[in-house]
Amino acid sequence: MEWIYLALVALVLVFGIGVLVLNRRRSPELTDERTSEIVRPPRPAVEPRPMSGPDTSTGTAVLEPSAPESAAPEIQPEAEVEAEPAVAAEVEPETYERPSFTSRMSKARSALTGAFLGIRSRAGITDSSFDDLEEALLRADVGVRVTDELLGGLRARVKSKEITTPDALLDALRVEMTGRLEGADRELHLVPGEPGSPNVWLFVGVNGVGKTTTIGKVGALQRSEGRTVLMAAGDTFRAAAAEQLLTWAERSGAEFVRGAEGGDPSSVIFDGVERAAARDIDLVLADTAGRLHTKSNLMDELRKVRRVAAKGAGRVTEVLLVIDATTGQNGLTQARQFGDALLSDDTGVGLTGVVLTKLDGSAKGGIVFAIETELGIPVKLVGLGETIGDLVPFDPGQFIGALFAES
Amino acid sequence: MFDSLSSRLEGAIKKIRGKGRLTEADVDEILKEIRTALLEADVNVGVVRNVVARIREQTIGVALSQALDPSQQVVKIVNQELTAMLGGETLKITYASRPPTVVLMAGLQGSGKTTNSAKLARWFKSQGRQPLLVGADLQRPAAVEQLRTLGRQIDVPVFSEPGDPVATATRGLAEARRLGKDVLIVDTAGRLSIDAEMMEQVRQISANIEPDYTFLVIDAMTGQDAVGVAEAFHATLAIDGVIMSKLDGDARGGAALSVKEVIGRPIAFASTGEKLTEFEQFHPDRMAGRILGMGDMLTLIEQAEQAFEKDQAEAAAEKLLEGEFTLDDFLEQMQQLKKMGPLGNILGMMPGMPKELKGAQIGDDELKPVEAIIRSMTAEERRKPEIINGSRRNRIAVGSGTSVAQVTQLVKQFGEMQKMMKRMGGAMGMGRSGKKGKQKGGKASKGKRGGGMLGMPNIPGGLPNMPGMPNIPGMPGLPSGFPGSK
Ligand SMILES: Nc1nc2c(ncn2[C@@H]2O[C@H](COP(=O)(O)OP(=O)(O)O)[C@@H](O)[C@H]2O)c(=O)[nH]1
Ligand SMILES: [Mg+2]
Repeated sequence: MEWIYLALVALVLVFGIGVLVLNRRRSPELTDERTSEIVRPPRPAVEPRPMSGPDTSTGTAVLEPSAPESAAPEIQPEAEVEAEPAVAAEVEPETYERPSFTSRMSKARSALTGAFLGIRSRAGITDSSFDDLEEALLRADVGVRVTDELLGGLRARVKSKEITTPDALLDALRVEMTGRLEGADRELHLVPGEPGSPNVWLFVGVNGVGKTTTIGKVGALQRSEGRTVLMAAGDTFRAAAAEQLLTWAERSGAEFVRGAEGGDPSSVIFDGVERAAARDIDLVLADTAGRLHTKSNLMDELRKVRRVAAKGAGRVTEVLLVIDATTGQNGLTQARQFGDALLSDDTGVGLTGVVLTKLDGSAKGGIVFAIETELGIPVKLVGLGETIGDLVPFDPGQFIGALFAES
Repeated sequence: MFDSLSSRLEGAIKKIRGKGRLTEADVDEILKEIRTALLEADVNVGVVRNVVARIREQTIGVALSQALDPSQQVVKIVNQELTAMLGGETLKITYASRPPTVVLMAGLQGSGKTTNSAKLARWFKSQGRQPLLVGADLQRPAAVEQLRTLGRQIDVPVFSEPGDPVATATRGLAEARRLGKDVLIVDTAGRLSIDAEMMEQVRQISANIEPDYTFLVIDAMTGQDAVGVAEAFHATLAIDGVIMSKLDGDARGGAALSVKEVIGRPIAFASTGEKLTEFEQFHPDRMAGRILGMGDMLTLIEQAEQAFEKDQAEAAAEKLLEGEFTLDDFLEQMQQLKKMGPLGNILGMMPGMPKELKGAQIGDDELKPVEAIIRSMTAEERRKPEIINGSRRNRIAVGSGTSVAQVTQLVKQFGEMQKMMKRMGGAMGMGRSGKKGKQKGGKASKGKRGGGMLGMPNIPGGLPNMPGMPNIPGMPGLPSGFPGSK
């Protein structure tokens, strides 16, 4: 009857400790209080650039409008928020110099550099060549699974004498890795037209990865392409999170909607969407509080944010997971869990893309390779610094190239 | 946090359990598993190489010696190595003879410096100190505002001036002296270890305030880069200890293991949640014990058998399943449990315990409030908690030095637990021969919100499956119902 003991131990522990020590962190209950306030950017008066066809330079795809989604919003604003004359569209967007992907990334010595020297220095391909490659890939956080796969393929080709020299081996690896990232749709999707039906891009991720900063950068980019943008401060949890986003809204000339600290994030997003709809704003960038994918109440909260964002006039056209380049193998779990939590009934898609931040540091962000190849979630954007222009579209060739750079 | 790491290691060792002797091929196989387990836990590649080499050497020795139970030996070797890796003692904070004791917080962007500065301030306060916080992150928008808000929450003053971070830090020190504060905590901007300019700035801050402790804040989810980052910061600032943040997730924490090994400085504090109270001193020895002991059901059962009175335990279990388990019984069993040693260790040995519990450093005092509440009840109240009304609740709260809300919560959840147990008892035919709870605990309550049943609803499926199975899949149910996890 050993289980009796276990039962008792479990009982005492779980009940005893659970009751008083660990309380629920916060309850994501929906309050109907409408507490949003609206802050407006300063307004120079310049005609916005009309939105037209796909602008390939920035990787934003403009899609055909789809049928409007069914109405019946989940929550109705009790009081109409004071409407002021629309302005946002008229700020002259600055253009920013974009950093080059490779120049920023190669600041740090490439993870593979040392390995390459070792491999090239050998006359032929030996077991050590593979050991070096393996270590290098692992150091870049590519992960055991993917590394085994990649090297398994190469081993076979070496065995069959298809690959015979160290140089050919390295080239083959590069081609193989780049090939696996080819063909993904890395566009940011915008459904144009239909005044009063703003696109909503939702930014999610664990704490501190760079969601808010990325929204600032994306906002500036979109503004510079002539779109009108509203930023919704859905992080009502972290102290001063809204102030942080407000700073970015001011910098990029976007409208801004916030709620009460500690309030319900979905109502802030809802307000943001309604506001944008009322003012014919093209795009709502929805910030959310950082959360660990293991906290199911917070994942529920996120699910609701997504639902609410699409209930009214808004259409959620991007759900972007922000991942920090330093993230290790846990990144894969993050992508999986956020993806599951945000799964849309309509499209059957959870996350539409990944933003890889902090690639200007020493970390290589290899985990996104696993995320993209194993989960099929394309990496769309890369963060290369802390200033407003430090955002570039993800380019597989350059990403792999930077991994391989022998500076 | 180290959950999957230890289960992977367990898996590796399971393969050789029961083998009479080890061949070289066996050794290779185990080592490969161990290596993969460590790598998947984000332990640094270099560190893995060293550890695996050390384990190999010793394991080959075991194989050659043809020891009786090789799997046991291997377990022992792996244990020793992991312990050594995590090793060391709890970092003991000593206070400067001439106050204030100065603490500098450093780390990458987004690692959690600001939150942890506030948590640390709160911790010092709980040690009877009077800290002053300095916001020297003038880089990130609203970082100082964030610190000020947190400072208000814990009632700790925050000093900051716009302009130059080095000047702000220096002025902050003067301010602490002027105000007679005995601890100064300086929050700095996140910076990349390869950003020479920013590293020079933090070096200057450090040179100006001459910290007694410099803590490097590292995110538990960090991958291979952690070691390089720690080395760089250590070279610039001479790190005294690491604060591991976000340990409440499911990251495997390999960075924690590696950093210690590489810079030789211990993990000083662990941050285990977003609440400012979710922050503790890190006890490497306890953590090692927990990693290694995890899922160690046999030891747990052994210890329990010694601690619990057999007849009493059986009687209690029976009552439990009949829904007649009273708070008195609970109190009694709790006393027995205490004999089993530190709570943290027991938790570590329970497989399938909620992550929130495993990750948290549970001190031995944690059950005290529960005990105090029950002890403040009359005999009748303990038998029939449902009679506890408003005035009784007040009396109990006052008597036990807890809050009315706590009393209410305890009573409510006890009631729910009783119901649940009763239902389970019915389903199992009193549990006497209850070997097979059919349902898989885990799935049962998943997705159901609230209820606040502390995971109890799931135990039924899990527990009865356990008897005598050394490789128990665990109590799959526990996690989902647990308050922290919902
Ligand atoms: N070096 C660097 N830092 C970044 C990047 N993106 C964000 N950060 C920094 O990371 C920290 C956390 O960013 P924040 O946007 O507040 O993260 P959030 O919690 O996900 O919203 C801030 O200090 C940002 O300046 C990046 O691409 N490179
Ligand atoms: Mg944020």
